[in-house]
Amino acid sequence: MNAPTTLSEKDRTAQVRQRLVVIGNGMAGCRAVEEILARDPARFDVTIFGAEPRVNYNRIMLSPVLAGEKAFEDIVINGDVWYSGNGITLVSGDPVVSIDRATQTVIAKSGRVEPYDRLLIATGSDPFIIPVPGKDLAGVVTFRDLDDVDKMLAAAEKGGSAVVIGGGLLGLEAAHGLSLRGMKVTVVHLMPTLMERQLDEAAGYLLKTELERRGQTIVTGGDTAEIVGKDGHVSAVRLKDGRELAADIVVMAVGIRPGTTLAKSAGLEVERGIVVDDHMVTSDPAIMAVGECVQHRGNCYGLVAPLWDMCRALADNACEQPSGYEGSVTSTKLKVSGIDLFSAGDFSGGDGAEDIVMRDAARGLYKRVVVKDNKLVGAVLYGDTADGSWYFDLLKRGEDISDIREALIFGQAFASGGALLDPNAAVAALSDDAEICGCNGVSKGTVVASINAGACSLDAVRSTCKASASCGSCTGLVESLLALTLGGEVQSGPKTMCKCTSFGHDDVRRLILEKNLRSIPQALQELHWKTPDGCSSCRPALNYYLLCAWPGEYEDDQKSRFVNERMHANIQKDGTYSVVPRMWGGLTNPKELRAIADVVEKYNAPMVKVTGGQRLDIFGIKKEDLPAVWADLNAAGMVSGHAYGKSLRTVKTCVGSEWCRFGTQDSTGLGVKLERMTWGSWMPHKFKIAVSGCPRNCAEATIKDFGVVCVDSGYELHVGGNGGIKVRATDLLTKVTTEDEAMEVCAAFIQLYREQAHYLERTAPWIERVGLEHVKTGLFGQPETVKRLAARFRHSQTFCQDDPWAERVAGKDADLHQHLAEVRPLQMENAL
Amino acid sequence: MIGDWLDIGPVDQITPGTARTLPVVGHDEIAVFRTQANEFYALVNKCPHKQGPLSQGIVHGNVVACPLHNWNISLKTGEALGEDKGCVPTIPLRVDAGRIYLLRSAVIGKRAA
Ligand SMILES: Cc1cc2nc3c(=O)[nH]c(=O)nc-3n(C[C@H](O)[C@H](O)[C@H](O)COP(=O)(O)OP(=O)(O)OC[C@H]3O[C@@H](n4cnc5c(N)ncnc54)[C@H](O)[C@@H]3O)c2cc1C
Ligand code: SF4
Ligand code: FES
Repeated sequence: MNAPTTLSEKDRTAQVRQRLVVIGNGMAGCRAVEEILARDPARFDVTIFGAEPRVNYNRIMLSPVLAGEKAFEDIVINGDVWYSGNGITLVSGDPVVSIDRATQTVIAKSGRVEPYDRLLIATGSDPFIIPVPGKDLAGVVTFRDLDDVDKMLAAAEKGGSAVVIGGGLLGLEAAHGLSLRGMKVTVVHLMPTLMERQLDEAAGYLLKTELERRGQTIVTGGDTAEIVGKDGHVSAVRLKDGRELAADIVVMAVGIRPGTTLAKSAGLEVERGIVVDDHMVTSDPAIMAVGECVQHRGNCYGLVAPLWDMCRALADNACEQPSGYEGSVTSTKLKVSGIDLFSAGDFSGGDGAEDIVMRDAARGLYKRVVVKDNKLVGAVLYGDTADGSWYFDLLKRGEDISDIREALIFGQAFASGGALLDPNAAVAALSDDAEICGCNGVSKGTVVASINAGACSLDAVRSTCKASASCGSCTGLVESLLALTLGGEVQSGPKTMCKCTSFGHDDVRRLILEKNLRSIPQALQELHWKTPDGCSSCRPALNYYLLCAWPGEYEDDQKSRFVNERMHANIQKDGTYSVVPRMWGGLTNPKELRAIADVVEKYNAPMVKVTGGQRLDIFGIKKEDLPAVWADLNAAGMVSGHAYGKSLRTVKTCVGSEWCRFGTQDSTGLGVKLERMTWGSWMPHKFKIAVSGCPRNCAEATIKDFGVVCVDSGYELHVGGNGGIKVRATDLLTKVTTEDEAMEVCAAFIQLYREQAHYLERTAPWIERVGLEHVKTGLFGQPETVKRLAARFRHSQTFCQDDPWAERVAGKDADLHQHLAEVRPLQMENAL
Repeated sequence: MIGDWLDIGPVDQITPGTARTLPVVGHDEIAVFRTQANEFYALVNKCPHKQGPLSQGIVHGNVVACPLHNWNISLKTGEALGEDKGCVPTIPLRVDAGRIYLLRSAVIGKRAA
């Protein structure tokens, strides 16, 4: 309350001072008042309403309070003295419930009515609560104010388990605090990567690994179905996939929504937030709004830095020196001790934008800057954020960075070092004993010596002195050394997998095994990919290599598969699909034929065609009809023919000894057995087998990837045939006497191909590249090899002989086949 | 907002790094993309090359590789990247409180070809 004043002074006050009422005693509301006081302390009589029963404090410091690094007293921004000293009336613990614009008054919950000349709405935002059963149970808390922190602290006191729903900034800070307080913490995050708004896949992967190392359990891709209660208190969180996570407390930190309820019911213009102009004035000239509750030029902000800019513009205007707010660029840091993470600006890339990525797996470092039109537009730093403010400054000032582009990713010290602008010059300046390759402890002197001794390509350096042969993070340095030492004579190494990496296919395959890489994001990080999430050529290759390396363990990545494999059907030129059910060895029967005929009629398939591989192909099916088509075919006992995949396609047979007068062996029977053994296996490319009953070769076995020609004395096994663009007849691999041996060699050969060929390399070019001798040695060089390869093949087959169609029919990945919705314009006539 | 913007549902119906389709009666089908970095874009679901359904391609960065002949199309501008020339119409999209909105006039602005 104001101190008593003399009559005349009171008169003057009533005459001159306007009444400013502020709703919201938070960061923006109080800051705005501070800014106004700094400009003109005599202009307003200020009354601040706060829903919370306390003075103005620094909300972002709630995380350190929870973590035990700060106490409430340490985070108070303006204490009682500030209010009284500036003649401000604070009405705390009494939220405003309505605004009457006609009479220019606000009404609080207690019934208190306060008239205003100018009103400032600074109500911040409300935590979003996901509408699942159990959300109202005791023990479910949000993370917004001190009361929430107190609830979490009380729960932590008792120990037990905490589940934090939401793996964004706030959720992770809550998880960190609770975990420091001794709780067993699980973070459930809907998205595949943590903090997906700020980080990309790679940085998210690093963060997840680090948090797990600290003992938290991170469930990504976790969708909450229900919060389970016992006696009115939470006891567990159940996910949609059925998993149940025990919980003594559940923290919901899934997002915030601008607090617009009051403004809306007062009839102000509200979209996502309260709409304000550049002076923070709402659609009612007497009412201003500031902070998280507003929407300015289409943007809402959830961080404090922009609030400061808004408050300045607001005060300038309220004190009649209008300046105007133009929006803010924001940056974020994660306040979890020991984890350095910084993100700023727009790193979504886009047209003309270029990513510069640096990954240093050994040091757990990831940096990504996005450059567009010679300007820095975004930056993500993980592991070392020292240069964050420098990047943020470049970004905000929109400075032209073309001069320092090459060195930009190395940070300020490097980029601003004048003479060091050229990365080669920087390498030249290194001393001879400077370490180049951390993994193998190779110094600059050693690398230069091996180059001088004749290693004039990256590959040669790798094999002679081991530099860059492991994680590859020093590849750039080694290349610079090559360029420096040899001048223009650097030989380009073997072809790289694609433009995203400096490694070739063989290196990638070897490193996946050596470094025990288990996922695509992990591979991208550890192998220093230059793009944030690869491209359409390396993603499918990596997916295959991982799948081949870790059968039964690696989780297939749908989005890294070409459409045919993702949809389990062949895309055709008009965007419809064709479907080929499996017919073992090319055999069929009335039931199957009837089922196919019925499907053709039922779904109006415009064409059915006998394929070159002796199967029936049904054309013109829409993606949304695919599951129904498969269901009908499954019902007749048919499974997917994998005619769409880089996989075993068909085993073509002739009729052999069973019917043919020339047949020497049961080619049909062997074909069926081979198909039963090999179907469903993913390969570097499509793979075809055929079995002919005699050398007349009616099944054309000598232009197949694996061909069997039956002869009187047994079976000739042929490999590397191709009837494609470049026709190639097979090479004779070996001759065996029994069916079992033929099957065993077939399995071993396929496995060798699966483990060694480059993705999208069929057996023919593979054998031409490595030589038939290499294949023969690989198979028969040592006595046990065939057996071991065949065993590995059979092991991996135990995980993949599930009919992918049946899974889809059962509802797996239904969203791939369904439309989002359908739009039917109301005025069709007009539209048409 | 209502009126100008069509609400086509919550963001989590689209897995990051993929796209889904939205048929529009009497007009071109639309492909709605969500990138790995969680940006959302909408394009007419037809490759400028030979009308391949872009929604079925592999998404990398904010580019989609057409499933038919592997042209790379920018999700931001709809333009073919690299040596290829061509452009597919983009549909203004915004995300608001966890839901996806498309600009109504753009959705029904173009007759099916
Ligand atoms: C735990 C936590 C950590 C954070 N960390 C960071 C960070 O590291 N960096 C960063 O930039 N930002 C961070 N933020 C976000 C930052 O705190 C907000 O952006 C900022 O506080 C917004 O200011 P505001 O004034 O708009 O809202 P608030 O600070 O939320 O203030 C709004 C106030 O209005 C009151 N109120 C609402 N309705 C009424 C009513 N009807 N009557 C009276 N009073 C009402 C509320 O009780 C509240 O006190 C964090 C937030 C939280 C919760
Ligand atoms: S390959 Fe020999 S056994 Fe088979 S159908 Fe032809 S002629 Fe008969
Ligand atoms: S139709 Fe898209 S690339 Fe040909």
